[in-house]
Amino acid sequence: MTNDQIKQAVIHIISVIAPDEDLSNLKSDVPLRDQLELDSMDFLDIVMELRKRYNIEVPEADYGHLASLDSCVAYLAPSLKDRST
Amino acid sequence: MNSSHYDVVIIGAGMSGLAAAIRLAYFDKKVCVLERHYAAGGLNSFYALGGYKFDVGLHAMTNYVPPGTRGAPLTKIYRQLRLTPADFALVPQYQSEVRFPGTRLRFNNDFEFFVQEVIENFPAQKDNFTRLVRQIQAYDEFDLEAKPVSGRQVVSSFLTDPLLMDMLFCPLMIYGSAEERDMEFGQFVVMFKSIFCEGLARPWEGVRRIITVLRRKLRKVGGTVRMKCGVKALRVAGGRVRSVELDNGEALTADTVLSSAGYVETMRLCTDCDPEKFASLEGQMSFVEIISILDREMKTLGHDTTNVFFNTGMTFHYENPKDLVDPRCGVICCPNNFLFDKPLPQSVIRITCLANFDRWAALDEQAYAQAKAEWLPRIHQEVLKFVPDFRDHIVFTDFFTPRTIKHWTGHLNGAVYGAPGKIKTGRTHLDNLFICGADQGLLGIVGAMLSGITVANLHVLKK
Repeated sequence: MTNDQIKQAVIHIISVIAPDEDLSNLKSDVPLRDQLELDSMDFLDIVMELRKRYNIEVPEADYGHLASLDSCVAYLAPSLKDRST
Repeated sequence: MNSSHYDVVIIGAGMSGLAAAIRLAYFDKKVCVLERHYAAGGLNSFYALGGYKFDVGLHAMTNYVPPGTRGAPLTKIYRQLRLTPADFALVPQYQSEVRFPGTRLRFNNDFEFFVQEVIENFPAQKDNFTRLVRQIQAYDEFDLEAKPVSGRQVVSSFLTDPLLMDMLFCPLMIYGSAEERDMEFGQFVVMFKSIFCEGLARPWEGVRRIITVLRRKLRKVGGTVRMKCGVKALRVAGGRVRSVELDNGEALTADTVLSSAGYVETMRLCTDCDPEKFASLEGQMSFVEIISILDREMKTLGHDTTNVFFNTGMTFHYENPKDLVDPRCGVICCPNNFLFDKPLPQSVIRITCLANFDRWAALDEQAYAQAKAEWLPRIHQEVLKFVPDFRDHIVFTDFFTPRTIKHWTGHLNGAVYGAPGKIKTGRTHLDNLFICGADQGLLGIVGAMLSGITVANLHVLKK
């Protein structure tokens, strides 16, 4: 997966968790929480969807890496770069 | 692993059990929900009698917010269960009221309207009430570690008019207090927000729609529900539930067990527990309900109010009655009086009053039927102080009692809201057994679903 595909994958996961949010103008470098109404339950769901879809374990200590789209990509790229979409 | 081993076994196919199961099955846990009865829903269920359809539990769903409202419990439910507002198709109430002799506080789903009602009726309490509302809105009812404090004590540190206090406590206690006379402040906040700040709504099809949506979703994500499948015992060894023994003798094993059966009820299933030890924790608050089918809508008699929470005296007494029924306070619910775009197939009025479980349980069949026949006109007499006389229009009546509630929910004493002491973290003395539902402390249909979700997240998914 390219970095852009990883970003799209994260956006897709958010759209599944929060279908009521408008995701068309998300800024990659701004924390998701500042742009969307996401609470701790929703962040747990991002982690759970990553496990369900890509078999990636995100330990609780690493949740901070999921703050923005850019930081998600940086964190997930080592696990996902060699995978197909 | 053998075929009867599950990641999670859930006791009870009520709102909390079904919601927990959806979460867990969606995230690929092998889940089995065990339900003793042939109908799902638990406290919020349905039945048919005399050719009519009845809902139990649900008068109105509390916690209603319009689709898209941010941060509200109902919005969380939609997200967490991957549902949309169209699934429940909730229709808002018209208007409800709290009625005491000479005073009426109306409320709808616009909180500002209620604030104005309070200020108009209790002008001297304006600043006090405003401060109380600020305190309520700032309170985090999802803090699972919060210490319990008396609601009466906290509220009386703001309000100085006992009538206003009682008028606030009346609907909140009737719709959610397991405790007599008082309500823990956290519970008060949960109920205040769910009824006054948010509001009431109902699907056109009633509670059936909610249950159908949950069951369909659970099937889609691969969870199993076994109906007519009661749990006889939880076999305990080494601080864990080792197996779940069913009424039919079969045994299941599970890594984790979530129980929505109630705290004391669940402890009584554990083979390491002395049932006597838990007797003092049992809930006591139960109700009778008279559901009548009418030949016309209450609107045509001049009554378009959704719910009337009434109290016939000047002070509000929420306690286990000495007599079979305490008709001094209760709720009158007209399920037709929501903003539906087509009329319901039948006109219904439901009247709920406090009742004493032990008194009803002691009656033999003949005396039981006779008690119902005696109380029916007495309760009607009381509610006619608040609604137009509908008695000539009754075509069918059903009357259920604390005994019925115990039979259908398994709650000891027919205690609708469970035990007074809530287990907010869901934890028990066993490492792999957790409580969800009414005894975890979130109430109402939305609260129950949120309870199942919270406990599933905290104790299974987050691990």
